[in-house]
Amino acid sequence: MATAETRLLTPPLAATDVKGLRAGDRVRFSGVLLTARDAAHQRLVARIDAGQPLPIDLHGQVLYYVGPTPPRPGMVIGAAGPTTGGRMDAYASKLMALGLKGMIGKGSRSRAVREAMRQHTCVYFGAVGGAGALLSKHIRSAEVVAYADLGTEAVRRLIVEDFPGIVINDVYGNDLYEDGRSKYARPEESKRSSEGL
Amino acid sequence: MRIIEARQIADTIAQLCMDANYHLGADMLAAFDRAVQTERSPAGREALTMLKENARIARTERLPYCQDTGFVICFADIGQDLHITGGLLEDAINEGVRRGYTQGYLRASIVEGPFRRKNTGDNTPAVVHAQLVPGDRLSLRLMAKGGGCENRSQFKMCTPAEGLEGAKAFILDCIRNAGPDACPPLIAGVGIGGTFEKAALLSKRALFRDIGTPNPDAELSALEHEILNEANTLGIGPQGYGGDTTAFAIHINTCPCHIASLPVAVTIECHAHRHQSAVL
Repeated sequence: MATAETRLLTPPLAATDVKGLRAGDRVRFSGVLLTARDAAHQRLVARIDAGQPLPIDLHGQVLYYVGPTPPRPGMVIGAAGPTTGGRMDAYASKLMALGLKGMIGKGSRSRAVREAMRQHTCVYFGAVGGAGALLSKHIRSAEVVAYADLGTEAVRRLIVEDFPGIVINDVYGNDLYEDGRSKYARPEESKRSSEGL
Repeated sequence: MRIIEARQIADTIAQLCMDANYHLGADMLAAFDRAVQTERSPAGREALTMLKENARIARTERLPYCQDTGFVICFADIGQDLHITGGLLEDAINEGVRRGYTQGYLRASIVEGPFRRKNTGDNTPAVVHAQLVPGDRLSLRLMAKGGGCENRSQFKMCTPAEGLEGAKAFILDCIRNAGPDACPPLIAGVGIGGTFEKAALLSKRALFRDIGTPNPDAELSALEHEILNEANTLGIGPQGYGGDTTAFAIHINTCPCHIASLPVAVTIECHAHRHQSAVL
């Protein structure tokens, strides 16, 4: 259940929605999420590099890094938790330049991607990694919209309801992973991470 | 000499693949229960609570716990007095994986080759480690290994001079480096000794010991506790959101090594620690 502090988001998002978020904010998504992971990113960016149009419009969209399991008969999707965001670092900036407003994954992003997020007003959200069964319960529909041949890695349009997330990187340069670590680490360890060791 | 049919092996593997992905073990559920009680970080407790609920949904609805239903790693210990008929061991294991992943609605996550990345469509082949043991039984131990955490596994050739302290520092570095990416709370399977490949195999085998059961070697048990306590002061916490529960367990296996060497292999495992076993 959403609590009083939880921010309710209804993607597609506007720049103003994104600017109102801070690292550590709990969010719930009700609306559209597009899915893409490694192979789909590779194809999308190859088209951008070749000056070709994309099969999906990224303007205002939130991309969820997920490769779901196949649905059982009568279900819309199988388990559908996030995959590691860092593997998409090589591609993310080019998608943000086309209007992408949010990314959902797990794990740290590179300095360059975080800088691109500030520049293009885009936020990185975490969903609980490994919670594939639970997260699937928040997905109301799933439709393949591009690259069907990629199977689990195809681009899907999901309609989600009350889908839980947390802001990892906001547009002000904050990082929940760094903040969290320095808050709970023993002092020597906090010093080590602040010095980038 | 005892005889078993390859078909029995395939049937067993298919079942183990499905069970592993739907049913998180009692050892892991107990580890979650303990962590929820002790974790100080609110975001960390929220993540742990969601994961407990995730395990319940997976079990009751036969939905995979995690969408990464893993690379199947199978340790087959074959009794010397056992004869397998009707096919090859490895083919039978792959047939079981094919059936388990197809019939169980599990994800196909394996590509044909590292560069020609075409999905094989049925999660085969498995990684099979077979060895001969005394007796006339076949012990099958299977793990569905996630890719995100495997990506953080590491190996280091320490020098004998670096010794215990060097090995400890390296293990902690691996956990630090795994950070939020590998889905903490983590388990580190550690192999120390042997050669390059032997240490890696020991580190995988170490993951089959139930979480929370002590290492039978008192010295290693103390070392595991010491490293675990240190790992849990790194501050990474559940999902990396900050907190005290960065790792659930450190499991160490050792074996003899060369006078020149001190190999240390660390397999990083996520909280979706899915392992099952059977004896035929």
